[in-house]
Amino acid sequence: MPSAEPLAPLAPPAPPTAPAPPAAPPRRRGRPAGLSPYAFLAPFFTLFAAFGIFPLLYTAYVSLYRAELQTPGELEWRGLGNYTALFTDPFFWTALRNTFTMGVLSTVPQLLMALGLAHLLNYRLRARTFFRTALLLPYATSVAAASLIFAQLFGHDFGLVNRLLDLVGIHPVDWQNGTAASQIAVSSIVVWRWTGYNALIYLAGMQTIPSELYEAAEVDGASRLRQFLHVTLPGLRPTIVFTSTVSTIGATQLFGEPLLFEGSMSGGISHQYQTLGLYMYEQGWGFFHLGRAAAIAWVMFLLIVVLVGVNALAARRRSRKEAGR
Amino acid sequence: MSAHVSARRGGRLTYAVLICAVLVSAFPLYWTLVAASRSNAELARPIPALLPGPRLLDNLQAVLDEAAIGTALLNSLIVSGAITVGTVLCSTLAGFAFAKLRFRGRGALLGAVVASMMIPPQLGVIPLFMLIVKLHWVNQLQAVVLPGLVSAFGVFFMRQFLVQSLPDELIEAARVDGASHARIFWSIVVPIARPAMAVLGLLTFMTAWNDFFWPIVALSSQEPTVQVALRQLGGGYVHDQSVIMAGTLLGTLPVLLVFGLLGRQIVGGIMQGAVKG
Repeated sequence: MPSAEPLAPLAPPAPPTAPAPPAAPPRRRGRPAGLSPYAFLAPFFTLFAAFGIFPLLYTAYVSLYRAELQTPGELEWRGLGNYTALFTDPFFWTALRNTFTMGVLSTVPQLLMALGLAHLLNYRLRARTFFRTALLLPYATSVAAASLIFAQLFGHDFGLVNRLLDLVGIHPVDWQNGTAASQIAVSSIVVWRWTGYNALIYLAGMQTIPSELYEAAEVDGASRLRQFLHVTLPGLRPTIVFTSTVSTIGATQLFGEPLLFEGSMSGGISHQYQTLGLYMYEQGWGFFHLGRAAAIAWVMFLLIVVLVGVNALAARRRSRKEAGR
Repeated sequence: MSAHVSARRGGRLTYAVLICAVLVSAFPLYWTLVAASRSNAELARPIPALLPGPRLLDNLQAVLDEAAIGTALLNSLIVSGAITVGTVLCSTLAGFAFAKLRFRGRGALLGAVVASMMIPPQLGVIPLFMLIVKLHWVNQLQAVVLPGLVSAFGVFFMRQFLVQSLPDELIEAARVDGASHARIFWSIVVPIARPAMAVLGLLTFMTAWNDFFWPIVALSSQEPTVQVALRQLGGGYVHDQSVIMAGTLLGTLPVLLVFGLLGRQIVGGIMQGAVKG
């Protein structure tokens, strides 16, 4: 996954360690706006403008032009031509569908398993650090390495997965060419890499839930399962919104895994696991149509905005429902 | 990290499930070692070997002949090192300003940083590529380093840490003594921020080392990073599975070593950067 970086929403107020109360009246903190604070921000924001904001806006601009890789300086106005060409290309729709199905296949199991693992990690354990670190090993493995390893494990003739299936009497599965099979195989790379990471994020969220709540539930005679459903899950709501948002953004851009699963840009012989990210790469760096690739990038961006918006709305509605009870 | 530890002990089943999860996490990496130290013929036997064999050095030699792995390792080290140092510095500077200084537009600028965390970097790849073509940076390491320095997460991470850990009184006292902002930064902020800088550095290094999309666009096989070299190995020119796995092992080992030594800090960093209520 692209480095979907964990963002750090507001931390809880620090415990008052200093003798001064933490909520001191706003004192004059420094000279009101000299040049100096901006000097501290300058390095980051200069880079941010040049390599962050500008490319994003310019993507929208380029998507309205014919821009070819061989002659990147020459832009020729096309209006919405790149977009209409996109929407009439069956491979675009295939990629959109694949992105969606593989997004579900990778995100849902990953988050559910992470939730279960976090719950177990939250018990008092021996070798706590060992478990946490070991579960993070896949996260430390690069997309490229993980994809090559899994491509081999899922090999048709000598892959370990098929041999294992053979042991239990199941015929070898064609992980490269079957549509569902190849999508499951590619999604499993994502699941392997991110489950442990998300488990740690959930664990951090669980540790902020006050233990009094559990004690109270215990007194009321709530079973472990009920405690999980009625104390842990509501307490984790913001964390769940966060992880599902980050995973959704990651799934929308799935690229390295399908590219390296077989090494070709088409995502399988009949594009059966070509994602939007891979389709964009193929258009831009396989067929040299940078303008077309920019249009795909912009479509991906809008898709992310819609998905994240839906996610936020659903979260808000649910918490309102809870409050209304 | 909060001190809340669940009072409930894990039972046998808990350990069993967790150990299974650890095995699933570790097995593909173990298998890489096995495959990298065997011959293709051994891997194709009816019952494949499950223990490392004697051919690791031969396979590594074959990788060195196939792909520019030596160059790639060096390049990855340069790129990841430069990105780490630059990111930690920029993030600490900006994080300090956001945490402790007052200036006009602070809220809006911080909002922009947070919002940008939602924007995947991949979406700006095309103009970025046109930019480096214009600057004649294709196949030059700075094409990967400079965009890699932009870390909204880093700024936010440092800000969160400094808001909590840097007492206002210290800064006030230094001001009263007539210290300039720059002086305050170097002699007060940096020493206090050091643990957070180390964690951010680790996370940044790992991310930079493993980055894939942008390097394969900006660099070619003449000047690869490790990930670009791996892509060549997996690109269908090399059919020898054990050689591919040897290359994968070589590319993954440095990060795994860092991880083995500093895994605890990385775990702590990820959990600190996670949602808190």
